[in-house]
Amino acid sequence: MIDLLVIPLIKIVIVLTGVLITVMYLVLLERKVQAWVQTRLGPMRVGPHGVLQPVADVLKLFVKEDITPVRADKSVFMLAPIIVLVPALVALAVIPFGDTVSIFGKPVPLYIADLNIGLLYVVAVASIGVYGIILAGWSSNSKYPLLGGLRSSAQLISYELAVTLTFVSVVLASGSLSMVDIITAQKTNGVWFAFVQPVALFIYTVAALAETNRAPFDLPEAEQELVAGFHTEYSGMRFALFFLAEYANMIVVSAIATTLFFGGWLRPFPNVTMLWFLDYVPSWMWFVVKTFLVLYLFLWIRATLPRYRYDQLMRIGWKLLIPLAIANIIVTAAVKVALSY
Amino acid sequence: MGQALAFYTLAAFILGFGVLVITARNTVHSIMFLVADFLFIAALYAFQGAPFVAVIQVVVYAGGIVVLYLFVVMLVDLKRPPEAHQDRRRRGRLGMVVSLVVLAELVAIAAYKYVSPGAGLPAARPLEPDNVAQVGMLLYTDYLVPFELASMLLLVAMVGAIVLARREL
Repeated sequence: MIDLLVIPLIKIVIVLTGVLITVMYLVLLERKVQAWVQTRLGPMRVGPHGVLQPVADVLKLFVKEDITPVRADKSVFMLAPIIVLVPALVALAVIPFGDTVSIFGKPVPLYIADLNIGLLYVVAVASIGVYGIILAGWSSNSKYPLLGGLRSSAQLISYELAVTLTFVSVVLASGSLSMVDIITAQKTNGVWFAFVQPVALFIYTVAALAETNRAPFDLPEAEQELVAGFHTEYSGMRFALFFLAEYANMIVVSAIATTLFFGGWLRPFPNVTMLWFLDYVPSWMWFVVKTFLVLYLFLWIRATLPRYRYDQLMRIGWKLLIPLAIANIIVTAAVKVALSY
Repeated sequence: MGQALAFYTLAAFILGFGVLVITARNTVHSIMFLVADFLFIAALYAFQGAPFVAVIQVVVYAGGIVVLYLFVVMLVDLKRPPEAHQDRRRRGRLGMVVSLVVLAELVAIAAYKYVSPGAGLPAARPLEPDNVAQVGMLLYTDYLVPFELASMLLLVAMVGAIVLARREL
């Protein structure tokens, strides 16, 4: 009973709270990083160096008026932000946050579920999130959201293929679809898959930027052309849900990148016994640090690169990333077969 | 008992959403019900111990094909529900033929089961709980020819779509 219900529920509560708080502070971090890049100070007024800014933002969003356009399709308009947010949070279920730890002498693995189809589950869940964006655009019954929704869904569908193809090459390298087994494979091989699959890592990084609608691929909400894209008509808490979903998605893709390419919760050089003192840092700390480094890359790229044009985006996706990913799979498979002889 | 309860609950949802798909007046609503239907079908697969099929169901149908439906519907923008066909008698006749065919099919299946129960199906192999590898092995050994044929069919369809879309290649 305790193993079946209580422990998973506690884990779910901890993971959800952790992610939601991380989202709040990720927004602050983003504003700060952008400010530092542009030699500004960023938010400074609320609390020392602006550390209470997220609290103020959330309060503001809570008390804002929630507007539903008169001509909107009410039920779909209400449902859309939920459809966007839920997949982002549900995908966290298969991500291993750390090694098995013992709490009160009881071994507790630090993941919510270890599915033997973990990676496919992530793909499936992510593919549902697209609906929220299309429906938000459609149900607003307004031209900019509709255009933004169409753009965004075309972008997500195109780049989903590239992401899934990189997953295939990682699975070829690890021999398993389970997230836990992929980390174990990196331990037994003694190398992060970032070095085994550098091409896949490159494709994944570019495609992940596009999948999360982040700069330089933030076309669905390109302010100069589309006001705010698919969520133009949303306000108050419902707008906050879209915001939350975007950042939760960033955390999910960063956590997946950490798991697949950077050894997940493994410490650096897990097989070098000389670095034994690194073991004093708990495994989940390594995971958090690595994930934040990947997240920092997102913020850095946003502050550095200008936005791509829509036709450039489609060309990169279909004519560069997908053929490259397919070639990578063929080479990986060939090398794997050659090595097994 | 618990299994049967879960099965019939899922089946009820699947049928309920199926009915909603064809009765919904708004095309976008209808598509949303279709997605919900697919998700419940995936749940049914997962419940039957076929997680791989369940996930593929979600990826391919709910996440892939239906998104394209939604695209088409939004671009075409059907403000009015589709009108009924002018010739009511013709519609009735067509419905009659379709329902008779379905009925004949059902009767044939029932009769076949009654005459020779269990025949026609290959003996079910015991499934391991971790059946992804098993599915892969079966696809690339016993069912290699159908698998390759299906991929050829998809390739032909893709080439056909491109030719139709761009006539002046």
